[in-house]
Amino acid sequence: MNNNSWSWETFFDAFPIVIQGIGITLGLTIACYLFALLFGFVWTLLRRVPNKPFHWVVTWIMEFIRSTPPLVQLFFIYYAWPMIPVIGVTLSPFTSAVLGLGIHFSTYIGEVYRSGIDSVDKGQWEASRALNFSTRQKWTRIVLPQAIPPTVPMLGNYLIIMFKEVPLASTIGVVGILQMANNYGAQHWTYIEPLTIVAILFLVMSYPSAILIRKLENKVNGNFNKKSALSTMEKGGAA
Amino acid sequence: MTINAIIEIFPVLMQGITITITVLLASAFFGYSMAFISGLCRLSNNIVLRKFTGFYVEVFRGTSLIVQLFWLYYAIPILFGIELGSNWWAGVIAIALNYGAYMSEVVRGSILSVANGQKEAATALNMSGFQRMRLVILPQAVRMMLPEFGNYLIQMLKATSLVSLIGMTDILYYGDILRSNDLSQAPVVYLLVLVFYFIMALPLIWLTRKMEQISKKGVAS
Repeated sequence: MNNNSWSWETFFDAFPIVIQGIGITLGLTIACYLFALLFGFVWTLLRRVPNKPFHWVVTWIMEFIRSTPPLVQLFFIYYAWPMIPVIGVTLSPFTSAVLGLGIHFSTYIGEVYRSGIDSVDKGQWEASRALNFSTRQKWTRIVLPQAIPPTVPMLGNYLIIMFKEVPLASTIGVVGILQMANNYGAQHWTYIEPLTIVAILFLVMSYPSAILIRKLENKVNGNFNKKSALSTMEKGGAA
Repeated sequence: MTINAIIEIFPVLMQGITITITVLLASAFFGYSMAFISGLCRLSNNIVLRKFTGFYVEVFRGTSLIVQLFWLYYAIPILFGIELGSNWWAGVIAIALNYGAYMSEVVRGSILSVANGQKEAATALNMSGFQRMRLVILPQAVRMMLPEFGNYLIQMLKATSLVSLIGMTDILYYGDILRSNDLSQAPVVYLLVLVFYFIMALPLIWLTRKMEQISKKGVAS
């Protein structure tokens, strides 16, 4: 039963099976990403509350979430929620993955928003106040139009990172391409071909999008060539 | 009740800490080595070397770590008849190659960002290419790399949790065992595992901040 070498036959046999998982992998990526985009906004708001102890607590919670493994967070959410007496809900693997990975990445995305807002020159705030703009006008007319463009390439980057992180969800039983490959491997006693297919699929999808993001980055850098707070975090990818 | 649970759980989790720390140290060592080797190779004049390392970097950045880990663990022994020795090596090699690829970009970027005048001045002083790199460019470039290296060290710590998936007895592995023994303990167990990782990350967070301070001063630009 045990195959000892590469077999194209197995490769083409496994391909249609493994690729069945792609819908779930992509769906999960998008769901996690949207959740992280929204929840990242919550962190940004919380960090703007002008209260020192509150600010300190929020900062450390964020630090805690981002410096502990997403895999453990996934397990925590999937296995712990049904056991907590007050809550006691059982979440599906998919929902747990959205929550787990979404919350993990929201802390990164919150930082992106913050650095985007910080990159708006201080004089811009003062000028809009001098012109007697309302708070709403200040944000919608002055701050956000300048804060959003530099964050776009980084947000794109996180979409790719998220895509590469999503196979973690196979550990709690989300049947994406990795789980499909593992199932195939367990049935046929050969892991090389199905796992190679997964690797190729990831390359085929993430490489072109990475190039696209780089192009976008160059474009944005061309338009906003002032030194922004973003530059320090630009390379800080996630695990 | 919870306190008792913590007292019970704590020593069990402690058993896994050696694996987590040795995997972290080894993959950090090999990862940084990989980063320097491939970062410098990508700046070499030799087109074959440059393309080859470029390929390595794109492959390992383009696929996810968990896929690489499984691939190394299941496929390499069969495909090439190479036994990696143990799952310890499979884990370390996967993490080192993955983060080596990411960090090679940091190495490359930092070397490129050393001011051109520095290179010209070194050339004007009649330094050889090797001297120029060793005495003038690298000392400045390394300082710029430090904060990123610190960030990636934290990322590597988080990545070590994946080795439990290939049967290594790290912290998370013991956490899983505890959870399967008593399902109702799941919240406490995983919360403790998270706290464990956080405690290990704290010195690294502090180190990264220190490195940021170091890199801020004394770089000619």
